[in-house]
Amino acid sequence: MQRIGDAPLVRRLLIVIAVGLSGLFLLLPLVAIFAQAFSQGVGVFWSNVSDFYTLHAIGLTLGIALLTIPVCLVFGVALAWLVTRFSFPGRRLLQTLIDIPFAVSPVVAGLIYLLLYGRNGWIGGWLDSYDMQLMFSWPGILMVTIFVTCPFVARELIPLMQAQGSREEEAAVTLGASGWTTFRRVTLPNIRWALLYGIILTNARAVGEFGAVSVVSGAIRGQTNTLPLHLEQLYQDYNAVGAFACAALLALIALLTLAAKAGLEWRASRREAFA
Amino acid sequence: MSIRLHNIAKHFGATQALEPIDLDIQEGELVGLLGPSGSGKTTLLRIIAGLENADHTPTPGKILFGERDVTHVHVRDRRIGFVFQHYALFRHMSVYDNVAFGLTVMPRAQRPSAQDIRARVYRLLEMVKLEGFANRYPAQLSGGQQQRVSLARALAVEPDVLLLDEPFGALDAKVRQELRRWLRHLHEEFNFTSVFVTHDQEEALELSDRVVVMSNGRIEQIDTPETLYRSPKNRFVFEFLGDVNYLEGNVHNGTLTCGDAHLTVDLPDGDEELLLRPHEIRLAEQPTPESHLPVTITAISPVGAEVRVELEADWLAKPWLATVRHADFNRLALRRGQRLYAHPRHWRQFSEATENTIAGTHVA
Repeated sequence: MQRIGDAPLVRRLLIVIAVGLSGLFLLLPLVAIFAQAFSQGVGVFWSNVSDFYTLHAIGLTLGIALLTIPVCLVFGVALAWLVTRFSFPGRRLLQTLIDIPFAVSPVVAGLIYLLLYGRNGWIGGWLDSYDMQLMFSWPGILMVTIFVTCPFVARELIPLMQAQGSREEEAAVTLGASGWTTFRRVTLPNIRWALLYGIILTNARAVGEFGAVSVVSGAIRGQTNTLPLHLEQLYQDYNAVGAFACAALLALIALLTLAAKAGLEWRASRREAFA
Repeated sequence: MSIRLHNIAKHFGATQALEPIDLDIQEGELVGLLGPSGSGKTTLLRIIAGLENADHTPTPGKILFGERDVTHVHVRDRRIGFVFQHYALFRHMSVYDNVAFGLTVMPRAQRPSAQDIRARVYRLLEMVKLEGFANRYPAQLSGGQQQRVSLARALAVEPDVLLLDEPFGALDAKVRQELRRWLRHLHEEFNFTSVFVTHDQEEALELSDRVVVMSNGRIEQIDTPETLYRSPKNRFVFEFLGDVNYLEGNVHNGTLTCGDAHLTVDLPDGDEELLLRPHEIRLAEQPTPESHLPVTITAISPVGAEVRVELEADWLAKPWLATVRHADFNRLALRRGQRLYAHPRHWRQFSEATENTIAGTHVA
């Protein structure tokens, strides 16, 4: 007896397609990036990476990611909690609104922020009278980065918290636990893997974001240039090795992120097997 | 600790889940809230616990534990133990940590020492016969074991009242029977006041000192299981507490007629419906002058203390169920397709308008 879809021909065909496409579209470009970055030797790669402007771009990018993550974390947990534990008019609408940053093109998001917070914008004009400038400086980059990454944590948590229900929290409260204790000892351990996963996705996106950031940053070298923007400038300046060196750095961050995710999944599955 | 509810009502949006209810539960009593789903029994239990708030308008209700007014007291300060239908154990904690949870979250001043907590947790685990399972995780336990852990967890904080929401609903029949007996035992030994919710009338009647029968957010009757079964106040209670057979017909001059069946009854003229329990039907080979109810046996189930016999007839809208002792079953040599006469030993009639119950007894 053979199971449905288990015919040898079908199986081989699917394997060939999957492996072929992964190699062609995923692995080959990755290899090409590193090959290009090191095409003129490690020395040239290193001099490009240790260039002042590149180092500054790396610092800015990582700094923005570091600031974005806690904001998205708090926002995501609060939102997921609100949506899954309370019932109120407009709950479904809110759940749809969470997805706006995913649905809107990042460039549009950047433009909206420019319109609102730019010097001639509604809020920006008012802030300008107090001598505060958000656009074309790092707070602007942070704002749009938060905008494009804020759904990740909430999106990871909502289905999980919906499935788990609030019974365990109710049980904790009947046993006398305070709200904070309940969250720390009951809710948090139940959602920690989803939370970490959300952080990883947030980080990946925050580091790699180009469209929205390019609109609001002004791309001033050594000041508001993030790594993806710096990469593009190098490429425009016909510094292919420099551009690919930056690309290799971004790819490296992405690979590390993937490794972290795989590690977490492995640990989670091992935990389940033992628990 | 006694529980007193006064004028407790609950709306969810526009639907009324509970009509204003008064209920007194004595100290040490084990009370069952019995009703079909949607009758408001779980809502009532959750309001007692404080997991749900009763309506404040039009007139605010009141909840007293002993002399303590807990109406506005938060769940965590009500000193209740709550056992959930699906156990709600903390899945990432071991059995030990689950039971110890209530003790470890106490304010530092009241919290027992680590040794005392340990001693108490092991005493509770012993009580629920799970001493060897302290290091297991909930997912590694059977349903019955999980429910026992959840009971130990609730009792660890020495609550004033124990509230159980369909505690055995998700378990199979045998385990349920066992846990029921065991809970009754525990209740007698520790003498806490408990309220439990169930939709299983057998469970309610077997376990409770008193049963509160509910339907549509109303209390239909509060009585001891015996009184409840013997003298149900209305048709709903009678129907909910067991199998019912119906006999509809027209009464004229003290005789109820229905097709070719007739029965002498002490009722005024008019259309009537009589209700009978399966054990109130006697089967015989001959009719009597008072009772002429010809029936045919369509199914026999000899499992259990009594034989269950299904009866059909042209004059019956729905088949009847009769229970016969095994001795009678053998004496009458009952078999499928056999034609016999049913003789009601006892019947009831509930008048909708006056809410009066008329019962009749036949010497049969």
